[in-house]
Formats: sequence, C-alpha cells, structure tokens
Amino acid sequence: MSKKQKKSLLRIILSAVLLIAAAVFEHIAEPSWYIALPIFLVPYIIIGYDVLVKSVKNIAHGQVFDENFLMAIATIGAIATGQYPEAVFVMLFYQVGEFFQNWAVGKSRQSISELMDIRPDYANLIKDGEITTVDPYDVVIGDIILIKPGEKIPLDGEIIEGSSSFDTSALTGESLPRDVGVSDKATSGCVNLSGVIKVKVTSEFGESTVNKILELIEESSSNKAASEDFITKFAKYYTPIVVFCALALAIIPTIFTGEFKMWLMRALTFLVISCPCALVISIPLSFFGGIGGASRKGILIKGSCYLENLSKAEIAVFDKTGTLTEGTFSVTAVHPTDISEEELIEYAAYAEYFSEHPIACSVKSFYGKEIDKSKIHDVKEFAGHGIEAEIGEHKILAGNKKLCEMHGIEADDCEQTGTILHICIDWKYAGHIVISDKIKENSAKMITELKNNGVKNVMLTGDRDAVGKDVANTLGIDEVHTELLPTDKVNIVEELITKKSKNGKLLFSGDGINDAPVLARADIGIAMGGIGSDASIEAADIVIMDDDIGKIGTALKLSKRTLKIVKENIAFALGIKISFLILGAFGITTMWMAVFADVGVSVIAILNSMRTLREKN
Amino acid sequence: MKKNYKLQDLDCANCAAKMEAAIKKLDGVNDAKVSFMTQRLTIDADDEKFEAIVDEAAKICKKIEPDCLIVR
Repeated sequence: MSKKQKKSLLRIILSAVLLIAAAVFEHIAEPSWYIALPIFLVPYIIIGYDVLVKSVKNIAHGQVFDENFLMAIATIGAIATGQYPEAVFVMLFYQVGEFFQNWAVGKSRQSISELMDIRPDYANLIKDGEITTVDPYDVVIGDIILIKPGEKIPLDGEIIEGSSSFDTSALTGESLPRDVGVSDKATSGCVNLSGVIKVKVTSEFGESTVNKILELIEESSSNKAASEDFITKFAKYYTPIVVFCALALAIIPTIFTGEFKMWLMRALTFLVISCPCALVISIPLSFFGGIGGASRKGILIKGSCYLENLSKAEIAVFDKTGTLTEGTFSVTAVHPTDISEEELIEYAAYAEYFSEHPIACSVKSFYGKEIDKSKIHDVKEFAGHGIEAEIGEHKILAGNKKLCEMHGIEADDCEQTGTILHICIDWKYAGHIVISDKIKENSAKMITELKNNGVKNVMLTGDRDAVGKDVANTLGIDEVHTELLPTDKVNIVEELITKKSKNGKLLFSGDGINDAPVLARADIGIAMGGIGSDASIEAADIVIMDDDIGKIGTALKLSKRTLKIVKENIAFALGIKISFLILGAFGITTMWMAVFADVGVSVIAILNSMRTLREKN
Repeated sequence: MKKNYKLQDLDCANCAAKMEAAIKKLDGVNDAKVSFMTQRLTIDADDEKFEAIVDEAAKICKKIEPDCLIVR
C-alpha cells in the first residue's frame, strides 16, 4: 500500500468511527440541530475535505461536472435539508469506492510494470580495451558490448565471443532458456543467464527490439476500442444531462406541488447515482488487463481496438508457407523398391553432396552421417532435372521424373504430395524420396479452435495446387486458393472482406515480409516471429513473439473473454444506474440505497474487469 | 527530441486524457501522450524549448490533478 492509500484508509476508519459515535449520540440524546450539526460535521470534514477542495478548484479552472462536484453538491444539499448522517455516509462510501479503485488500478499497473521490467538501464561498452558503463542510447552500431550473467541484453547484436543461455520469457512467454554461442543473434530484452559474452551491436537503441516492444506497450492504450470511446463520449454528455435533470426534478414539481424539500431530496439522490465512475474506470481497466494478460503469454496486441476486432473475427486467412507450415523442406517419406531405406538415402545424400539446392540440403540433413568425398566422382548437374554421379562402383541418377525419362527409365508415381526425388542405381529404378514442407505442430489445433468459435478458415498459397490442397485437407481448412502471386492475395482478401457481415472482421496471418500489403489491408494483421524480424513487428496489429501459431487460438479466446467482461460491465452498470435513476425520481430509493448502488456497482465492475488479468486456460 | 517521464500519483483516467489534450496544445510540442495505465508521459517537442515545455506540462498536470508530479 502506498503512503497515499494508507492515509485515506486511516481517514475512512477515523470518520467511520466518529460517524457511528455521532449517530448513537443523536439517537440517545436527540439534540437540537445546532448541536447535531457540528458533531456530524467533524467526520464529514475529515472524510470529505479533499473532495470539497477539489470541486472548488476545478470550478475555478473551468472544469465543472466532475465526480467531485457531484459528491459535494449532493452532500451539501443533504446537510442543508437536515440529513446529517446521510451526508457523512455518502461521502464515506464514496471514499471507500475511491480507495478500492485506487487499489485495483495499482494492482493492474503492477502486473504490467513487471512486463515493463525489460527496459535495460545500461550497457557495458568496450572501447580501447576498457569497459565503461553507458546509457544504451549512447551506443552506436558496430560497438562491442560486454554482457555478464544476470544482465539484460541492452541492444540487438551478434555474439562474437563466449557462449551462454538466454532467458527469453519476457519477450516470448517461453520459459525454457535458449542456448546461444558465437555468431548467434543476441536479442535485446532477453536476460543473459550463464556466461560472459561479447556482442557486436547491430542496431541503435531506438531501433532495438526491446525499445520497440516498450513503445508498443506504452502506446497500446492510445489505440482505443470502440466501446472505450463510447464510454468516454458517454461520460462527457451523461454527467451534465443528469445534473440538469436533477435541477429540473427539484424545481418543476415544486412549482405545482410546493413540496420543495421532498423534491430536493429526490434530486440529490438522483445526483448520487449519476456518477459514471464505474464505467469510466472499469472499461479501460478490462482492456488493459486483457492486453497485459496476452503479453504475458508472448502475444503483443498493439491496442484495445485490435483486441475488440479480434473478438469479432469471422474469417481467418492464412498464408501457407512459414505460417501454417515450417517453411523449410524436410524428408517426409522414403519409398525404396528393392534396397533398404538407409541405402536409398545414403545414395541420394552422396549424389546431392555438392548441391546447395534446398532439396539437396534436406536430404543431406536427413542422412546426417559423415560423407566420404573420395567415393564421389564425375558429378554432372542437369538444371531442372537432377544429378548424375558415380558413387563407388555405381552410377547414380537422382532427380525428378524428367531425368528418369531422359534415360528411358520408368519412374513410379507416389501417392504422397510434395517434391519427389527419384533415384536410379546403374540405370535401374531404385525408389524415391518425398520431400515436403512440414505442417507446424499446433496448426491443426488452432484451426479447430477457430472453427469452434465460428470462424471460417481460408488458406492462400503461391504453391502448387496439389500441395496446397493436401495441406488444407490435413488441417481441415474450409477454403483454399493456390498458385497465387502476391497481388492475387490482396485481391482475394479484398473480395473476402466484401463477403463478410458488416460487423465481422477479417484476420490475416502471414510471415510479415512479403505479406505486408495483405497484413495492412486486413482488419487484424497477425505476424509470426517477433524475435529479430522488425518488418513484421511494424506491419502487424498483433505480434506472436515465439512463432507459435497455436497462440492465435489463445489470443482469440482471450479477446472474446475480455469483450464479454466489458459488455457485462456496461450492461450491469448502466442497468443498475438507470433503474435507480427512475426509482430515485419517484422517491422509492433513499440516499442510502443510492450510495450503495453507486459504490457497489463500481466495486463489482472493477472486480469483474480485474478478471481479464488472470489468465484462464 | 522525445522524452519519457514517469507521472507520480496520476489517479484519474479522465484527468490523463485532459492532460494529454492540454499538453498537445502547448507551443513547440509535436506530440504528447499520457498513459494512465503505465503512468507515463511522453513528450516530443522542439529541442531549444524542451525544458520550458516540460515546466509548462508540469503546471498543467498540477492544475488538472493537484497531486500529480512529473518525475525528472
């Protein structure tokens, strides 16, 4: 608890005790008003002096109609009509509500500031063999910095000496440390865990990952959601309207009935209920909690409007390569005819040894054993076909179907999709190896999750039709467009946007570099790969820091939950307020009940909005 | 020049919005942001007037929320 909070708690307790004492005294002694008034004024002043001072000050500054003003008017009015205990109680309860709000906001801020803890305070700069501690802002590209265990990486760079492991959890939510060594990237914002390393800086602080993320979090509250904007506008008109209604309620019926005191009391009750604080504080708090909860899971959301849009997602469009799939080729099947699988792979790896083609690389990495170069002779490469080589005593052909046909050898067809590498040994067909892009582990789970939430999935790819359809079928995607050029992708997204309902939103997820135009066109652009990929951080509205596609499902659930809480709060607060306003106007509610309604709504709404901070799996 | 300050005892969300609007209107200020949740003020202003602008901003914050201080 801060000093300020302790002070207000003390005031609350003190004035509550004095109020009870005064009420008991009044009940027993039944004193006349000139004795009762000063007795009740003591707790009133203790609890309410700052509200009175603030409301006078604000009027002097031309800021009328704030909550201080409402409370001052209502309580002074109650005192003027002889309702002393009510006046003190209203003020007391208002302060309890304020105290509670303060505490709740402080709590949420705290959990966010833990996230902000990634800001590095210094860098150890190595210059002319000496180490000096400097501000990260003063380090320039090409400088060498030293990072000791336990320190934060202050700037992005490349490790030139030493090895260590990094705690990347602040950026990715991933708790497993990452092992790094010479020539690996050091991403700012990570924490160096075990060894001393030297890093050559590759970007200035302003452009570094950590600074970009901090800016994002700091600015996220400025991209307001529609419901947040609605509340701000609502509060602007609501308070003056209620004040004038109260004024009318005090004056107009009095003209006809003459019972001024009764109508004044009703008008004051009206004022007490009128405070829009429950909404003004709980709605931004809900969004902020949602964004904070997401960032703890490695999902960066650039503003509450994107969180709101995400909850309305109707169509999800995905790029295939690199998003739903790994984007790297690997051997997925080996089909030999007479020889063993190992032998087939061995011949293929030897034949492809000198080639740097992605297919060749994946075969070599799948083989994984040392290659005896002395066995390889006479390598001939036929562009667009494959390789002919002499391995030991055998003549090997490794390539596509055309290569086999060129030599008059019949090649088998394979039922699996992907790139097929056919192998012939001594002009005889020996089998084939299937190489394809592996589907990411969590893709299928995410697609199912989206489907369960009523989102239609569409896949776009520049890849061949057979490959694209195969991936789409495996994942259960609803619609697939294949063999596309980058401009086609934008056109298809444009078309899909016209097809969705008016309030529905389209989300697009791609790797962010060649998909930038589509990311910008979509209602919600989600980029994969926060670490080290500047372009994607900038183009997208939501960044998934650790490349885990499954987190799209998590983000969707989180956004739906946040918006549900926001709607609950709006409906609950407005419902209670409006019904109490009506009841108050007819004199059914007393001022006591009005205070309970006002503070109670605030407290419940705040508690409800704090649920967004707590993650639910 | 762009600088970021911590705001102490910024307790009211509405006040933060008012402060931001008022600081933005100051002469020489290119952009200003007051974040209620992170309790931070970001000022982007002309270099030569920067100190004077921060002084002005401090006055504005005090006027709107008497307890609020800019930590420098």
